[in-house]
Amino acid sequence: MYAAILFLPLIGFLIAGPFGRQLGARPSELVTTSLLFVAALLSWIAFANVALGEEPGSVALLGEWFSSGALRAEWTVRVDSLTAVMLVVVTTVSALVHLYSIGYMSDDPSRPRFFSYLSLFTFAMLALVTADNLLQMFFGWEGVGLASYLLIGFWYQKPSANAAAIKAFVVNRVGDFGFLLGIFMVFVLTRSINFEQIFAAAPGLANTTIHVFGAEWDAMTITCLLLFMGAMGKSAQFLLHTWLPDAMEGPTPVSALIHAATMVTAGVFMVARLSPLFEQAPHALSFVIFIGATTAFFAATVGLVQNDIKRVIAYSTCSQLGYMFVALGVGGYSIGIFHLFTHAFFKALLFLGAGSVIVAMHHEQDMRNMGGLWRKIPFTFAMMTIGTLALTGFPYTSGYFSKDAIIEAAYASHRPMAFYGYLMTVIAAALTSFYSWRLVFLTFFGKAQWADEGHGAAAHSVGAAAVAGHAPDAHAADAHDDHGHHGPLNPHEAPIVMLIPLAVLAVGALFAGLIFHSDFIGEGFNEFWKGSLFLGPDNHILHEMEEIPHLAALMPTIMMVAGFLIALYMYILAPATPARLAAAMPALYRFLLNKWYFDELYDKIFVRPAFWLGNLFWRGGDGAIIDRLGPDGVAARVVDVTGRVVRLQSGYIYHYAFAMLIGLAAIITWYIVGGVR
Amino acid sequence: MFGFGILSCIVFLPLVGAAFILCLRGEDEATLNNARWAAFATTVIVFLLTVFAYAKFDTSSAGFQLVEQKGWFGSGLIYKLGVDGVSMPFVLLTGFLMPFCIAASWKSITYRVKDYMIAFLVLETMMLGVFCALDLVLFYLFFEGGLIPMFLIIGIWGGKRRVYASFKFFLYTLVGSLLMLLAIMAMYGFAGTTDIVQLLATSFPASMQKWLFLAFFASLAVKMPMWPVHTWLPDAHVEAPTAGSVILAGILLKMGGYGFIRFSLPMFPDASAYFAPLIYALSIIAIIYTSLVALVQEDMKKLIAYSSVAHMGFVTMGLFTMTEQGVQGAMFQMISHGLVSGALFLCVGVVYDRMHTREIAAYGGLVARMPLYAVVFMIFTMANVGLPGTSGFIGEFLTLLGGFRVNSWIGLLATTGVILSAAYALFLYRRVVFGVLDKPALRNILDLSPREAAIFAPLVALTLYFGFHPKPVLDSSAASVAALIQNYDAAIARTRTAELTQNEAARRIEPRTASSD
Repeated sequence: MYAAILFLPLIGFLIAGPFGRQLGARPSELVTTSLLFVAALLSWIAFANVALGEEPGSVALLGEWFSSGALRAEWTVRVDSLTAVMLVVVTTVSALVHLYSIGYMSDDPSRPRFFSYLSLFTFAMLALVTADNLLQMFFGWEGVGLASYLLIGFWYQKPSANAAAIKAFVVNRVGDFGFLLGIFMVFVLTRSINFEQIFAAAPGLANTTIHVFGAEWDAMTITCLLLFMGAMGKSAQFLLHTWLPDAMEGPTPVSALIHAATMVTAGVFMVARLSPLFEQAPHALSFVIFIGATTAFFAATVGLVQNDIKRVIAYSTCSQLGYMFVALGVGGYSIGIFHLFTHAFFKALLFLGAGSVIVAMHHEQDMRNMGGLWRKIPFTFAMMTIGTLALTGFPYTSGYFSKDAIIEAAYASHRPMAFYGYLMTVIAAALTSFYSWRLVFLTFFGKAQWADEGHGAAAHSVGAAAVAGHAPDAHAADAHDDHGHHGPLNPHEAPIVMLIPLAVLAVGALFAGLIFHSDFIGEGFNEFWKGSLFLGPDNHILHEMEEIPHLAALMPTIMMVAGFLIALYMYILAPATPARLAAAMPALYRFLLNKWYFDELYDKIFVRPAFWLGNLFWRGGDGAIIDRLGPDGVAARVVDVTGRVVRLQSGYIYHYAFAMLIGLAAIITWYIVGGVR
Repeated sequence: MFGFGILSCIVFLPLVGAAFILCLRGEDEATLNNARWAAFATTVIVFLLTVFAYAKFDTSSAGFQLVEQKGWFGSGLIYKLGVDGVSMPFVLLTGFLMPFCIAASWKSITYRVKDYMIAFLVLETMMLGVFCALDLVLFYLFFEGGLIPMFLIIGIWGGKRRVYASFKFFLYTLVGSLLMLLAIMAMYGFAGTTDIVQLLATSFPASMQKWLFLAFFASLAVKMPMWPVHTWLPDAHVEAPTAGSVILAGILLKMGGYGFIRFSLPMFPDASAYFAPLIYALSIIAIIYTSLVALVQEDMKKLIAYSSVAHMGFVTMGLFTMTEQGVQGAMFQMISHGLVSGALFLCVGVVYDRMHTREIAAYGGLVARMPLYAVVFMIFTMANVGLPGTSGFIGEFLTLLGGFRVNSWIGLLATTGVILSAAYALFLYRRVVFGVLDKPALRNILDLSPREAAIFAPLVALTLYFGFHPKPVLDSSAASVAALIQNYDAAIARTRTAELTQNEAARRIEPRTASSD
């Protein structure tokens, strides 16, 4: 049955991919979507059996991938509580996104391709979470990277989408570079890449040193740091985050599935899965906190000033992933996974809601051109509000349980950097609340900017795109054709297939925390996880976080209210404030608007030098040095000589044959001489 | 079979086909078609024979199999063929790729068709001979002989700068091969035989090993090609016709790696260990330097050629780690690269046949008119990038692991290749396939014809199959590689012991007492 969960999406891909053209769009959609719903159903059964029930975790061997010396890589389906949680998240969100896409993509000519990519992604993600060794994990890891690349660049006519796709793949590869080195380290240390052997060997490797990269390192620390580099790339953490906002060039359902709910959480999953290693590397965990906390804060600050509705949510995702890493870093693996679980619901909800808004606005993404939409699309408004409540941690919504737990754990932890983590996450909680409500207020309240007289929808769309710096969606033009060119925009609610997923996710966003928090991070911890997360003997974070001062525990809620109030003031009560603030602090505003100038910085220190070096090596190294001193120089001399000496034949083949003949003659002479001797 | 061994049949059957084509008279279309079909049939039969040989081949044994031996030129020279786990995969690869080359040249070669087919068949004999020869002189004959048809293929059917390219190709290889010839003579002088099996059992003195190693290295490094003697390859590729590029990248480059496994490592183990750091350095430079160069290329074939050099860097690095993962990975990388880069050159050939330019800037947005082509090109691009699930990953991963085990810096520096390869390969793909199709010349470009699709289908299938199930390739070489490493380690250990005893004899500080237990 577990293998079926893994392979149903693959079957969907194999049907819709190669044969989608022949089948037509609708059958492709139906096949992939229904297969995904079956997989989701099976996943919930697995979740009920393995995580909630009594069934022990299992590892099914599907076959050997390859082996070389001591290295053995196998195809496996490992299902334990951790995997079961991920199965549920991945297949549920994926199934809903498939369904939603039937509506969202309905006017796209390449739907079979789109659905096959979605299914391919789901398969790769499932291969990642069911891996029982590092290599299968890496297989899934790269597979989701491929699917992400293909889906970001889905509208291939858009130069910005192509650039974003390449950027996503290459930046992820930077992370994979660390992941690969981490795998090598693990193999060198344990002679294995299988989880069972690695985990068994890990305690013995604590406090051992290894000499690599020219220095003595604590073996587990360097290993975990390298592996974590992979997680940083995939989960868009600080320094390797630049690809995620650009990835919003992809269709919105993709953003919901891949760049919010599932793929970007692979890094979190990886650290949790490898908790037996990370528990032996306290310094690495401190680094995890540092990166996570910095990301949480950094991304939230950038989110404050973005105008593209999807980019705000993208930075929010980045920031929330930072929270998860803070949780992992303080040793609260289950808290991190819990936030992953709840975040998947409310962030997918927000993205799909944003998609619904975008459809209603005829592929307009700039919030400055929205406003007043709540009367037009009340259902979407309600769903987005639920998502926002959950994201900001409104009491008893799912985010309240998971995010507050992270902040409490950060406060309770004694690890170096933990207080930094607490500080950053608390500040980020206020920022989160602010930008989330800002999004809601700008989009749904205030003056309807799209209803301006004298501005056609099409003209607006182009102008907005120019402001936001990216081209309109590829089929935006089609949409306009459908709805007439210069007539006033009349936003309307999306079709029912798009609303059902919103409703389902909203239920999760509201109640997932309430229902599951005792299992994930409360009393039911041991029965639920059944040892699939490893906690060292000194790790009592779950108990310690219960005993923190009341005020510290209340801080996130206070921050949430503060953020809400400020947003309310700035965007509803005194709408002129933001512009005034921006004008008062232009440097800060530009710094945030330009995302701390990371793209510009990386362009200067990595991209340009790479091309410059390439040119230098090519024209300077190969051309001016090697060729001039080597063949061309020699050739010139040879031409001189042959020109003088050999005027009999032209064509160098004769020279060559001649040289060979001389060689042969020499050998035969040698033999004859040898024979005589 | 027919009084010969199967290997002789495999090696010389292409010559029979060539002779048949030679006998065809006339230049009309029917005759040319006969020549094409004859060449194609010959290569297919040869491939079937190699499969048959593989069926008879015992992968669990490390020794030479299917050995044939005959006297030749009186007492000294012998004609000896045989295969082991190292050479068998290459024989199969050669047999497998040749029909594609003939098929890919079906329409694109318009003049001197018969000569072209003959050149290819002769080339096949030479290449198969290289991998089957068990006598050094015989090996050398095939090794160098193969260059002549290749030289002609570039020089006659090549592009605009074909003379320059073939000349460069010739210069580089000539210098290397003459040194190798000297080394072969020296080896014969020392061992009294050119039989590879006996030479493998000979241990050459350490000082001699170094010279022999360098002499072989000169030839093999050019073939590989290793940095800095790689500059002939981009030019040769650019000017060669498509099928020539396929064979060049697919087989000829592998002769260098094969030479290292067959000669340098087992016959000169001490020198190999001594020079290994040099090889690592050159390999890492190759990986980083040529990847960066590939990034800025404006010609599709040049880009792929430079990426070949980078991939061969993984091979040389893996070989000289002399770890199981490194050597097996290098073997696998060579086979996989043979398929993938061959296929990539075919991909370039497809659009070249239509547009007659390899300029990247002349393309863009092909996916709109050529969806099937886009898929095929994507698969091979990803294989080139080394995505798990394609054959490109296995070799890259294993060689990097081998490198890391030897020295973490090697692993670190070489692994940057995975970032760079993604950058240049996807950048190429984006410029050619994605984007808006707005160039007037491309408006009517056609997708893959059934013939082209049939050419790509087996390549795609194998690339993916070996990505998920690389066992057949890895297993067929496993025993031989294990034996190779064992002998290598033993040889190194012997030298060490000898040095130690010498030192001890020299020092004689205190007599050694027996250890306590």
